[in-house]
Amino acid sequence: MNSICVLILDDSSVMRKIVARSLGQAGIALGQVLEAGDGAEALSILKEKQVDLVLCDINMPVMDGLEFLKQLSTVEKAKGVPVVMITTEGSESHVVQALSCGARGYIRKPFTPDQVKEHVIPILERQS
Amino acid sequence: MMPSVNEMPATNGHHEDWRPLLELAAREVFQMMLGCQLTVPATVEEGPLETTTMVGLAGKLRGVMSLRCDWKSAALMTSKMLGVEPNEAGVEMSDSLGEVCNMIAGNFKNKIAGMGSGCMLSLPTVITGTDYSLHSRADSPGLEVKLLFEGLPIVVSLQIRG
Repeated sequence: MNSICVLILDDSSVMRKIVARSLGQAGIALGQVLEAGDGAEALSILKEKQVDLVLCDINMPVMDGLEFLKQLSTVEKAKGVPVVMITTEGSESHVVQALSCGARGYIRKPFTPDQVKEHVIPILERQS
Repeated sequence: MMPSVNEMPATNGHHEDWRPLLELAAREVFQMMLGCQLTVPATVEEGPLETTTMVGLAGKLRGVMSLRCDWKSAALMTSKMLGVEPNEAGVEMSDSLGEVCNMIAGNFKNKIAGMGSGCMLSLPTVITGTDYSLHSRADSPGLEVKLLFEGLPIVVSLQIRG
């Protein structure tokens, strides 16, 4: 698998670093790692940059992860880019809502690098 | 869907029954995110715990989840989360504590049937220092779990209203 450009959305900079490290531990070759603290910032980035994967929290200020998913379809450059949610919100209704808004995977916090691998690798393989 | 073995009904009204879930929620966070096993102290020798991290709960479950620990624990948590030396934890310490407390609160509510989508979490708040009084509108006895993280005391508490 070639190295990928990933966008990580989380209002915690610590969590963004942990997610990036977990992707590396999962054996995913990371080219560029872009970070955003909320959905609005992420949409701005995606209007400018082409990414291969988005990892997204739900509870964030300004624009939460579910609203981000809804608005993502309006960004031409982001069409077809897989989004995997990583969040403390673990209820079935959140999972259903996220998947129906276009998320391709759902990881509950706390998580292990193995869980990241299980969810993300098949998605990337399908993409390539 | 059948509740999992770690899931408990929300409506039995006995908050004391939730203590094992609170402990399990904390244990899982430390195990999965920090690679550490929390242990139960044989005796309670609690020095000053200089950091208090709080996450509010609203909706079906109203209250405050808190995590108290000393500076050394806070630096060590940050170190383990980020893979840096404890003396490099610095500015990331509050963020790390907030995330740990947030994940314990989220993990805990997800273990109570029907609470996952009906209970919202606030952004975390971190207080440093010990010279403060906390006045809560909680109206039932809180739950408190005392554990050891790498031999250092941490206290996870849940104050509940209603």
